[in-house]
Amino acid sequence: MSDHETANMSEIPSRFTTGSVEPVDKTQPRVTKITVRNLDFFYDKHQALHDVSMDMFPNRVMALIGPSGCGKSTFLRTLNRMNDTIPHTRLTGSVTLDGQDIYSKSKDVSLLRTRVGMVFQRSNPFPKSIFDNVAYGLRVNGIKDMGVITAAVEGTLKQAFLWDEVKDKLQKSAYLLSGGQQQRLCIARALAVRPEVLLMDEPASALDPLSTAKIEELIGELKKMYTIIIVTHNMQQAARISDDTAFFYEGQLIEDGPTKQLFTKPEKKRTEDYITGRFG
Amino acid sequence: MSIAEKNFASAETATISTAQLTGRKSTGAVPRGLTFAAVIIILIMLVVILGNIVIHGAGTISWEFLSSPPEHGMVAGGIFPAIFGTTALVILMTIAVIPLGVFTAVYLQEYTDPASRLTRFIRLAINNLAGVPSIVFGLFGLGFFIGFVGGNIDSVILDSTRPVWGKPAIIWASLTLALLTVPVVIVSTEEALKAIPRELKDASLALGATRLQTIFRILLPQALPGIFTGAILAVSRGAGEVAPVMFTGAAYYLPQLPTKFTDQFMELGYHVFVMTTQSPDVDATAPILYGTVLVLLLLTFLLNFVAIVIRSRIRTRRANV
Repeated sequence: MSDHETANMSEIPSRFTTGSVEPVDKTQPRVTKITVRNLDFFYDKHQALHDVSMDMFPNRVMALIGPSGCGKSTFLRTLNRMNDTIPHTRLTGSVTLDGQDIYSKSKDVSLLRTRVGMVFQRSNPFPKSIFDNVAYGLRVNGIKDMGVITAAVEGTLKQAFLWDEVKDKLQKSAYLLSGGQQQRLCIARALAVRPEVLLMDEPASALDPLSTAKIEELIGELKKMYTIIIVTHNMQQAARISDDTAFFYEGQLIEDGPTKQLFTKPEKKRTEDYITGRFG
Repeated sequence: MSIAEKNFASAETATISTAQLTGRKSTGAVPRGLTFAAVIIILIMLVVILGNIVIHGAGTISWEFLSSPPEHGMVAGGIFPAIFGTTALVILMTIAVIPLGVFTAVYLQEYTDPASRLTRFIRLAINNLAGVPSIVFGLFGLGFFIGFVGGNIDSVILDSTRPVWGKPAIIWASLTLALLTVPVVIVSTEEALKAIPRELKDASLALGATRLQTIFRILLPQALPGIFTGAILAVSRGAGEVAPVMFTGAAYYLPQLPTKFTDQFMELGYHVFVMTTQSPDVDATAPILYGTVLVLLLLTFLLNFVAIVIRSRIRTRRANV
């Protein structure tokens, strides 16, 4: 595990530029990618998360489910420190990525966010061209070589199944794309900085069924290379695309485990009630 | 009560209420008429003012008038030095006021908690700044920029007994005007920043951009039309001001154009003031006075127009990237 850490830290400048993230060797013992321990989170005086402890594993899709306001989005945003941008918030407990505390004082938040990418609920492309949207993350991280940028833009747009639809209009505004295309552009944009983890906050909730199917297919492909954590309201979606599922209720993690097990033999009564539609 | 009686009663009620409704309808015309009259009065005033200036001033305007300096104690000649001086003044003011106002707005929007006491205090101070009479700005400019800043540059840095910076100059007049106009730039920029969806900021931060990168690459480009609106308002306000510049740099009569920051200059508004109050021959000055006022109006419109054109270019370019 410490080898993994060192490798990641020293590779940082080059990981924007070369090669691809290697799929993990399945024969190796299971290591956690993100470990959360005793996490409490407060919006001012309101406690939104209570003593959450959870492990997330590489090359798996973790679905976070639960009724509105249960804390699943808040939890997701603690993993790349996006909650830091909200004033009067406070957090106790620990979140580690590859064994390193992401909340330690010495940690560079910008670097963390290049390693833990995020796709938001509403597609939010920048008011720039399609090309500049995908290139943005590379440019803010100091990549100036146009050859590198051009290659990365093409590569990630292909990864997001968007290349064939946009290759002739890369210099056109991202706003000219459809909602589903915009969301795939946002995924491509997040992939361009070569993250190791991809956080997705209900990425398909505003999309039509066809676009949703494309995003789900894409998630299935992406998990070969990334750790994916996805918040979803849609139970069928969670069952279809995830390997593990965590059920949140009123700021507490009620139950987490392999999706198959959680959906067929939930351990807790509340989980069963929720997935069978008795409440929520 | 029989059914017939009931019917009669309800019919009567109906009649009364119809009459009441009719009465109310007719009173609606009064507020409408009053508000319309207010609009007409304003339009008439505007037409009278502009018409008066155009009718009396248009005859004076010629290439000669626009391109030559005043002569014979301002009863003859043109106003070129004042046109040049006003333009230079407004441009320098804009260069000073935009960064000052924009950075203040960015600080208030991005670096402070809007509910905090400090932020509320700063907002209150800015609102008060906007309410300060312009003559007070003139006196402040004289005391602070010329007396304190300029005086200290001369005595401490240049070690000069002769005033170089510590006297009225175009730089001090511009900075004084910039202080006068900075509240509108702050407010317009803040409004523009507030209107940017939070999702865009989040997207930038989530890609590993720092706060500063997000401000310069996403927020400020998005806020640019709003910043230009602020600049337009600042120019409109600043170009016509006399009080702040009369102590700080505007000259009574100066045919030479300013070439250095420390030079004095002629200004159209101040020139109008001087001609109105100090002219040796009122009848001979009148046409020149009208002409000068017309030029001042046209120049303000022109500076505004340029800013509006630039703003709409930015918007169009953004629309089609």
